[in-house]
Amino acid sequence: MNESSGTNHDARTRGPRDGGGVAHEGPAKAILRPAIALLLVMTALLGIVYPFLVTGIASVIFPAQAAGSLIVRNGRIVGSRLIGQPFSNPGYFWSRPSATSPQPYNGLDSGGSNLGPLNPALITAVQARIAALRAADPGNDARIPVDLVTTSASGLDPDISLAAAYYQAGRVARARGLSVGRVRALIAAHAKGRLLGVLGEPRVNVLELNLALDQIH
Amino acid sequence: MTVQSWGLLALFLGVALLCVKPLGLYIAHVMEGAPIWPLRAGRRVEAGIYRLCGIDPEEEMGWKRYAVALLVFNALGALLLYALQRLQYWLPLNPQHLFAPSPDSAFDTAVSFITNTNWQSYTPEITMSYLTQMAGLVVQQFMSAATGIVVAVVLIRGLARHTARTIGNFWRDLTRVTLYVLLPIAFVLALVLVSQGVIQNFSPYKKVTMLAPVTYQQQQVNAAGNPVTDAAGKPVMQTVTTRTQTLPMGPVASQESIKELGTNGGGFFNANSAHPYENPDAITNLLEMLAIIVIPAALTYTFGHMVGDTRQGWAVLAAMAILFVGLYALCNHSEQAGNPRIAALGVNQTASALQSGGNMEGKEVRFGISGSTLFATLATTTSTGAANSMEDSYMPLGGMVPLFDMMLGEVVFGGVGSGLYSMLIFAIIGVFIAGLMIGRTPEYIGKKIEAFEMKMSSIAILVMPLIALVGTAVAVSVKAGQAGVANPGAHGFSEILYSFTSASNNNGSAFAGLGADTLFYNTALGLAMWIGRFWPIAAVLAVAGSLAAKKRIPVTEGTMPTHGPTFIVLLIGTVLLVGALTFVPALALGPIVEHLMLWSH
Repeated sequence: MNESSGTNHDARTRGPRDGGGVAHEGPAKAILRPAIALLLVMTALLGIVYPFLVTGIASVIFPAQAAGSLIVRNGRIVGSRLIGQPFSNPGYFWSRPSATSPQPYNGLDSGGSNLGPLNPALITAVQARIAALRAADPGNDARIPVDLVTTSASGLDPDISLAAAYYQAGRVARARGLSVGRVRALIAAHAKGRLLGVLGEPRVNVLELNLALDQIH
Repeated sequence: MTVQSWGLLALFLGVALLCVKPLGLYIAHVMEGAPIWPLRAGRRVEAGIYRLCGIDPEEEMGWKRYAVALLVFNALGALLLYALQRLQYWLPLNPQHLFAPSPDSAFDTAVSFITNTNWQSYTPEITMSYLTQMAGLVVQQFMSAATGIVVAVVLIRGLARHTARTIGNFWRDLTRVTLYVLLPIAFVLALVLVSQGVIQNFSPYKKVTMLAPVTYQQQQVNAAGNPVTDAAGKPVMQTVTTRTQTLPMGPVASQESIKELGTNGGGFFNANSAHPYENPDAITNLLEMLAIIVIPAALTYTFGHMVGDTRQGWAVLAAMAILFVGLYALCNHSEQAGNPRIAALGVNQTASALQSGGNMEGKEVRFGISGSTLFATLATTTSTGAANSMEDSYMPLGGMVPLFDMMLGEVVFGGVGSGLYSMLIFAIIGVFIAGLMIGRTPEYIGKKIEAFEMKMSSIAILVMPLIALVGTAVAVSVKAGQAGVANPGAHGFSEILYSFTSASNNNGSAFAGLGADTLFYNTALGLAMWIGRFWPIAAVLAVAGSLAAKKRIPVTEGTMPTHGPTFIVLLIGTVLLVGALTFVPALALGPIVEHLMLWSH
């Protein structure tokens, strides 16, 4: 309490001399010293100790998740369960369009198109995607699910809606010489629903679904 | 709105409200130094920090000294963060060998993170080293959150104390709230997030061989790395085929937890909480939303407890919750309705058991309409500004909700601490207006509200609209401001309005199409964030100091109760009236005109 009483007195007066206690050297130092020291201590604690501790514990109890949920096939990393990949071959399920640049699903450029709802560029892009889907699947005149013609927020969306998966089942089956029933069963086996009825959306992971397709052959 | 959208809201708000009393009480105990076991357990660490830093924890400060300590500490934090960014190339934990960001970008980011804004004009995964993210950005995510909370606590003390000259000790308040509230919760949450797939490592970025090749166009570059152009000056494009995908890595979970818990919003990746490595599924989405809301909501109980009348806190919380539900409903309804121009192309936007439907441009399938709009409403009513969907691609009214959320002054839950102190300032203005109507001296929680408090409260409330509107006006008038616009027409105006509203409210969310990594925007928004943060804080501390010095006046029959439905309506009315009167003209030029254009044919 040695210097606080004087400062407190300052703090309640409104005289011209009153600068909150920083005008003269003593109180200025009394604020600078703790400010610098506390900033450095907090940087060490929160900026170094905390992240390293979390990393250390996570690498022991959740090693696969901490490393990125990678999928390994025949000793090679073929991707991550959480990060989508682009597909254009009719024999694979297509992922959602991606706005990353220069290539779709670029892991170093996550983000959306940021096109506004009235932007003509958005409508043109959607029209082109509809045309590509129709061209790859001429007999299919079902209405196209919206997620299949719009870009995601991350540009790395690993999922498509179940509607988008079932929409593509006929094309995939034909390209692979499988029955549509077989492909639809595969979708159903990989479908994820809503936890507690409210958490999440009906969806399927595209990379996992396509890996499963390749297992059939 | 779908049944599921209401169900998600009910689950989310239900769990959040269950946390209010225990967490609010705990924060009060921590700030009052009550003899609870965490404080006893951490006593040695706490005392060690004080000793190391030359802090006398028993010192009590007047409001001016408290304000100076706070400002000095935050200014030093900005300097350190600026230095870390500029020096990152030569520092460790930079496996991608990233260069320093430009001086204006580093300035903008430094101010952005110390002010709890977390506006990001850079693309993190190709800009910031691991060290900059964890030892620079994360530290300020803790410190700016702690700063907000201690200011709220000081304002509460101002109401709770009487005839007192002091309002607390900044160093002790900051240390305690960090050690006993923010750090333990962030630590546990980080590990839970990892369990669900959020990454946490120091590996270099991973190259993977994709299942199928991808062919794309990119600009050709010459041997020197410069883009090649043809005779007409147009870039020469080349076709490239690759099977390689590069996965970004890093200590993400430890940042993600405090990013949400401290209502910061600064993501490890450009896509923020839409990135699957930051927010992999609906469970992490719920946890991140709960992390955002718990402290701002719980502080209302801390307030009620510390002023000795918990009904006061519940009344403030009720006003916040009512506003929140209304804003979410509007945003959700607008997005679920979808885009009529896309519907016209024969696309299916109807919600069903197989898809969420609605406007899915800029949204992730796993979150759908409900998980995206709830997150967007929450991240903008609180000052978090995190995003799991791209608000720039929202429907006009759907995107107006996040914008309007911020224009209300971040008081619907609001930022950690800043939400409560701003809401209490609105309460003071509310009782003043009510006092004028019934012709008696306004009082709040036993304290007379007089000229000095009203002056300071007016400053605290009016600084934000002033910077937001003047900043927008300047930006739309100069070339450097117009150059950043990405979408044509009214939407482009909305992008600029959004950026200055976000910066001056220390929110940090964006209509992200705006090209804001320019000298103009980095400087202008940096200043807006600084003023928008510390000017109101100084005014709030002044109010706290002045209130603490006052005598408590006893409750009489003439006292207007500030805990019942009448007060809740008064408070909501004050918030809406100030927000609406100030900003409706600007909104009419942006989202409202866009909405009319969209549905006009």
